[in-house]
Amino acid sequence: MTAIVASSLRQQLLFLYLGSPSPESGTVAWSLFDGAGREQRSSGDAEDPPYASVVEAMRDGWRVIQVAHQPPPLPGMEHRTSYLPYEFVLERLVETSHG
Amino acid sequence: MDDRLLDASQMAAFVADGFLRFDALVPEELNLAVLDEIRRKALDGVHFNQGGHDIGSFFPRAPTYQRVLGLPRVRAIIASLVGPDPEIDHSALHVVGPRTPHGQHWHADATIDPRTEAFDIQLFYYPHDTPREMGGTMFLPGSHFRRVHESTIGRYQNFRGQVPAVCPAGTLIAAHHGIWHCGQANHTDRTRSMIKLRLNPTVRQRQLFDLSGCDAPEIGGILSRTQPWHGADGRLEILQRLRLWRSLTGSDYDVDRWLTRLEREPTVMAEVARERAVHAMA
Repeated sequence: MTAIVASSLRQQLLFLYLGSPSPESGTVAWSLFDGAGREQRSSGDAEDPPYASVVEAMRDGWRVIQVAHQPPPLPGMEHRTSYLPYEFVLERLVETSHG
Repeated sequence: MDDRLLDASQMAAFVADGFLRFDALVPEELNLAVLDEIRRKALDGVHFNQGGHDIGSFFPRAPTYQRVLGLPRVRAIIASLVGPDPEIDHSALHVVGPRTPHGQHWHADATIDPRTEAFDIQLFYYPHDTPREMGGTMFLPGSHFRRVHESTIGRYQNFRGQVPAVCPAGTLIAAHHGIWHCGQANHTDRTRSMIKLRLNPTVRQRQLFDLSGCDAPEIGGILSRTQPWHGADGRLEILQRLRLWRSLTGSDYDVDRWLTRLEREPTVMAEVARERAVHAMA
């Protein structure tokens, strides 16, 4: 019989949107979703990004779990813009008092 | 009586940023009277134009707000953007109660809009002072060409270059329908109110504004200025602006040959071109 041990680790997700597909390029938009419940963020609540780039966040301990894809533009849609295309998703596991 | 149409610089700024802001445009006595209409619930809720009403007949219970829309300068701004006789799409009173800790998610009204030359405008009217702690509306300049569906941009929280509408009473913001925006938290003890009105064009949006400054050198600079959040996509935004500017002015305007080079796809053979050149010199 396997014992189920409740973990006290919780995931934090940081979305960084960069100016280009390079993880070294500058952050232009950002979002934080905190599974530990420490931070409750809202639209328009900060003027400066938490990190200047993905690489800077990596150096602070964040792990990259998704990099920006680069699909070729659809014919006829080469100049159209839509969602922010250079999205990187990072995670960090933090200790909590839950468990 | 100020009934000036938008000038070329203002129109270029609208094309580049997706909105224009007019601080304290509405006189204080009208602002106070509109606030009274709001208190009396004469403007409550969302009202769609089912009966083909024009601006002069859509607000029978709110005559002061109707007067605001009839101010000569307001009429001129509307006429410059969507023509002198637009259709009302709908009106919506936005009220955020005291101590509301969270804002709306970012969104664009109302769904994916594939139009390239025509556009609606939305008039955001702030009848009282709106300091930052009261929230106001957050706008994202240069977002209006992005094809997105309403709240599907709600994953984004903050952008470099986002602009809160911190404004004095009587401020009017005229925005392209595609602008990304969100109501902000209200940390004060007062209720915040804003009236939004969407207008559809009924004529082709061509040469509706004051065209006298269209050849001024600053127009190219306005149309070329990108936003801090655009990153590498800024050049794609410039292409879309130039196409709209050409449509609005009825010209073949270009900046730094952005569109011109894309249109250069010659079909004439080199020999034929040489012969034509010889004939032309003869």
